[in-house]
Amino acid sequence: MANAENALPEAVVAYSRSVRTKLFAIAVLAALAAAALLLDIATGPSSISPLTVLQGVFDPSSLSTAQQAIVWQVRLPYALMAMMVGAALALAGAEMQTVLNNPLASPFTLGVSSAASFGASLAIVLGLGASFIGADWLVPLNAFVFAFGSVLALQALARMKGSGIESIVLFGIALVFAFNALTALVQFLSSAEALQQLVFWTMGSLSRATWSNVAALAVVLVAVTPFSLLSSRALTALRLGEDRAMSFGVDVKRLRFLSLLRVSLLSATAVAFVGAIGFIGLVGPHIARLLVGEDHRYFLPASILAGAVIMSLASAASKIIVPGVLMPVGIVTAVIGVPVFLLLIFRNGGRA
Amino acid sequence: MSDLSISGLDAGYGGQPIISGFSLPTLTAGEVVSVVGPNGAGKSTLLRSLAGLIPAHGSIRLDEAELTRLSLADRAKRVTYMPQTLPQGVALTVLETVVASIRATPLRGAVYTDAQAAERAYEVLQRINAEALAGQRLDRLSGGQKQLAGLAQALAREPRLLLLDEPTSALDLHYQLRVLDLAREAAAERSMTVMIVLHDLQAAARVSDRIAVMAKGRLVAFGTPDEAITPEILAEVYRVSARVQRCDRGALQVMIDDVLTG
Repeated sequence: MANAENALPEAVVAYSRSVRTKLFAIAVLAALAAAALLLDIATGPSSISPLTVLQGVFDPSSLSTAQQAIVWQVRLPYALMAMMVGAALALAGAEMQTVLNNPLASPFTLGVSSAASFGASLAIVLGLGASFIGADWLVPLNAFVFAFGSVLALQALARMKGSGIESIVLFGIALVFAFNALTALVQFLSSAEALQQLVFWTMGSLSRATWSNVAALAVVLVAVTPFSLLSSRALTALRLGEDRAMSFGVDVKRLRFLSLLRVSLLSATAVAFVGAIGFIGLVGPHIARLLVGEDHRYFLPASILAGAVIMSLASAASKIIVPGVLMPVGIVTAVIGVPVFLLLIFRNGGRA
Repeated sequence: MSDLSISGLDAGYGGQPIISGFSLPTLTAGEVVSVVGPNGAGKSTLLRSLAGLIPAHGSIRLDEAELTRLSLADRAKRVTYMPQTLPQGVALTVLETVVASIRATPLRGAVYTDAQAAERAYEVLQRINAEALAGQRLDRLSGGQKQLAGLAQALAREPRLLLLDEPTSALDLHYQLRVLDLAREAAAERSMTVMIVLHDLQAAARVSDRIAVMAKGRLVAFGTPDEAITPEILAEVYRVSARVQRCDRGALQVMIDDVLTG
């Protein structure tokens, strides 16, 4: 084995070494994600000690009935939701950045979160939507419909003749402003009580997580991720430019269509349940890119895990920053996200 | 044998034809053909339509295959196009980009594992004396180095037809000549047909077996450098008055005396 490697040129050996380094980085991220998840489960406003909580996760009978309710109905669904929302938004951001060839693209910066907020605010304030669906599902469903619709609108623009990738990004930014303005209008017209609910929704909070929400997002993640990973070679080729990728046999139009479809499912489902969560879709892929580069076979899994780690840490932080108060996690991610966003802009020399 | 024949080709963007009824005498395997002509003549459009990047009507036969009837993936087994534009801000090493080009879609009669693709990618970089770039990140390279990386990506796919769109635009004199010589070598050794869009007529004369002169979407002249680059054709296509001579060492030289106006 050693002999065989010696016969290879240094650069080829370095390549296999870099593959091992990337796999190691992914393994470390996975371990961090697991640790952050446990930390998130262990922290909270109630006086149960972290150790008791963790023991209770693996052995529910060790807890009192009240403690069981806290751990199993609050801590676990919140923490799992946080982790999966982070994973989903980061994967959506990573794919979006590649197919739109823009490091600042993400579900948040291109209007998906704003569209979801508008959909949710319509449902909250006007009681719009189908009444045969339980009230628990009305707001997320409406948020989902608008979020999904906004990416479909981006998609439609991408397929229109003569519109380049830059115009899609600009259109996404226009969507942000349009939906923010519409949401403001709804807020202006709504009652004080509805307004409070609505503002809370737009901050993004995990307190809406239930086991059925968690299950719904898990299904979407498990269904979509394999298709993302199967496209990773084509996505890597696309990084070299649309013409080059096509000349290597990649059907770029189809790739972009299917990729944005995955992005819409992932991001719409994620924000529908927890509200507008900013910057995970930007920061997650950015960290992954720094760690493993842009070979998408490693970049996509690393993005998923980085998103999960950040979101779990943000969720834990949202419980620790002000003791006894559960801060909306969207505020925490925005506070972390804005500096990273600025850093990205400076690194790119002001180019979007 | 990889003979290329193009006849009655129409291509353009968004329903606007840029080249129409374009035909070219058959090109043989191992032949290097330059495509020259003024801006907007349709040179890039021709190459892009041959690669299948834009829709085209007409006939493009390569060996026994009618390219216009093949899927993009099947076409990519036979044809590779290297665009003028250089990728920006890509967090991949040069070797990784060549591996990516090899593994983007299946190649003719060969399936490579990652390790095999890496070895092959390195061989190609060696062939063009660019192995020192292998471990360097693409986003830290100069324009000329990126063009070398792009050439390696294209050569690594071992196409029957290699299309190079102004491959020397970002290169200094030394690398311009190097890249063109490499294209020549590749054509001869791998018996691939190479079409190169060039602006430098002397470079075109130096590298090409034959030259196609285009203007306004049509073929104006086609033949050996001496047949295609003549004062009459230069006056018609570029609107310059020029002399064309062979220097005492045999290289074709174009001297421009005046720009024709009016």
